[in-house]
Amino acid sequence: MAKTLYDKIWDAHVVHEADDGTCLLYIDRHLVHEVTSPQAFEGLRLNNRTVRAPDKTIAVPDHNVPTTLDRANGIENPESKIQVDALDKNAKDFGIHYYPVSDVRQGIVHIVGPEQGWTLPGMTVVCGDSHTATHGAFGSLAHGIGTSEVEHVLATQTLIQKKSKNMKVEITGHLRPGVTAKDITMAVIGATGTAGGTGYVIEYCGSAIEDLSMEGRMTVCNMAIEGGARAGLIAPDEKTFAYCMGRPHAPKGAAWEAALTYWKTLKTDEGAHFDKVLTIKGEDIAPLVTWGTSPEDVLPITATVPSPDDYTGGKVEAVRRSLAYMGLTPGQKLSDVAIDTVFIGSCTNGRIEDLREVAAIMKGKKVKDGLRAMIVPGSGLVRAQAEEEGIADILKDAGFEWRMAGCSMCLAMNPDQLSPEERCVSTSNRNFEGRQGRGGRTHLASPAMAAAAAITGRLTDVRELG
Amino acid sequence: MEKFTTLEGVAAPMPLVNIDTDMIIPKQFLKTIKRTGLGKNLFDEMRYDAQGQEIPDFVLNQPAYRDAKILIAGDNFGCGSSREHAPWALADFGIRCVISTSFADIFFNNCFKNGILPIVLPQSEVDKLMDDAARGANAVITVDLENQTISGPDGGTISFDVEPFRKHCLLNGLDDIGLTMQKAASIDAFEAQYKTAAPWI
Ligand code: SF4
Repeated sequence: MAKTLYDKIWDAHVVHEADDGTCLLYIDRHLVHEVTSPQAFEGLRLNNRTVRAPDKTIAVPDHNVPTTLDRANGIENPESKIQVDALDKNAKDFGIHYYPVSDVRQGIVHIVGPEQGWTLPGMTVVCGDSHTATHGAFGSLAHGIGTSEVEHVLATQTLIQKKSKNMKVEITGHLRPGVTAKDITMAVIGATGTAGGTGYVIEYCGSAIEDLSMEGRMTVCNMAIEGGARAGLIAPDEKTFAYCMGRPHAPKGAAWEAALTYWKTLKTDEGAHFDKVLTIKGEDIAPLVTWGTSPEDVLPITATVPSPDDYTGGKVEAVRRSLAYMGLTPGQKLSDVAIDTVFIGSCTNGRIEDLREVAAIMKGKKVKDGLRAMIVPGSGLVRAQAEEEGIADILKDAGFEWRMAGCSMCLAMNPDQLSPEERCVSTSNRNFEGRQGRGGRTHLASPAMAAAAAITGRLTDVRELG
Repeated sequence: MEKFTTLEGVAAPMPLVNIDTDMIIPKQFLKTIKRTGLGKNLFDEMRYDAQGQEIPDFVLNQPAYRDAKILIAGDNFGCGSSREHAPWALADFGIRCVISTSFADIFFNNCFKNGILPIVLPQSEVDKLMDDAARGANAVITVDLENQTISGPDGGTISFDVEPFRKHCLLNGLDDIGLTMQKAASIDAFEAQYKTAAPWI
């Protein structure tokens, strides 16, 4: 029978299937960070359990770490410090791979995994973090899990799962200038809504997806969860293999050849069944921004703020609440909305290519006076590379703060936070109320759009900058 | 894990759609290394003002709902992050059942691991329960997991679906890890063949 890519990866990992279809799925890579793991390690200790496969378990602190240049002096917030210290200790006690804050390879877990060659095609990858979907860009089945499941994977290297349905999202044609991977993924959520993918694993395909670099594909898969999907996948191709080759934990020599032979089989068969299909023309996607407090609240930058009357059902009240929270009026032009802050970073857009994109726009330009503009590279290695390429200097000269790696203002668990009513254009993935700081107002956008906004001090169509 | 058999209590109505995990438990409370004690911060930014004073209008601050055991919620409840702190906070507050037309996937899973029963019902039935819940303390709702029924204050009952394996675990308070450990031989066998088939992993 013709199989989808998801079917193939699933079938290759089933350890046991119960009569009702509940499966025990083998996990190839388990990524761990400091926020969702302490209770899981505690559970192991209480039950005298060990980590079953420490060589497949990788830990890195990212959510709580300060991103200031002086962070080597330690973490000021006592609770954050306890969590990071706990991860230090747990990694040591249980013998798992670890990249501490002091290591240049430290960064956001979803950036470190691919960068170090832990994430490879055809794998199952889990992490106690919903944006694990990022790793799907390699054609690996990757999704977020809760802390109880973290403990379950630590103890058994398996996960209890029921199979999801298959959904195909095809982006045909090619993107227009000024439109990026971030706009693709936001356009999909705008089309499906935040619950449209619930119960599905999405495979993204089509020429506009094939055109993307690995970085762009990671951006697309990263936000699959924002559309409610369990995971997002992209079939591996020559770009994928080229990205993986030579990474520290990628196979070498004969093992590489064997892996490559297998990886080339990882694509959806002709005629395989999808339970749901969404097709979007690449040419129809415009640079997008969010106006509300749900990632489905996306509009082209050329649009105006909607009114609650444009909606039905429970969404009417949600829109009213969003507009009040965001301080926006129906009918107002999005490109007239003045901003206070620009945040560039996160596991969605904190990779080298994102920084290159921002630098290309900022070259010879300045961040508008009075604006707070911050760049937080996704990992220490991204930061180092940007410095080597001269990008860091362009960005600093333009007026951006140049930070150390971490999650930072994506979720504001460290001191990088918005104040009430501070309005931010952010390259991250969630615009929920309070996400970037209590009362803070978030507009999600691509790195290019964030750079454009940094120059003008308002939401701006990057295509107008010329 | 605490068993779930029948639950009788007041249900709090929260008709808002897309209630996300940042609303259920904002990130400043994720810095704990324990599973307990989060109930006082459940829905923190909706429940308290910037000075930490209760916002009287918020449903769980109203006298009728301070001891609610059930939530009736709008579409797509629990979307957003994978934080299990969300069900921990609900459970710590005393909420053991959430009823909605749809849930986000990871949250839905996490509930079962923590003795909370999430129930999906059609819109018309959620609407009916939402009306019942609006009557506050006069409307006690009973959820019977064994028989998969919800009885409203007016005597009518509604049936609901739940996966048999999950039902079994909830009814008996079973811990997944212990159950999986019993399948150690299958995991060993899988790993053994995997070493030859995919040695790079
Ligand atoms: S960057 Fe943001 S979304 Fe990504 S792992 Fe960190 S907190 Fe989560």
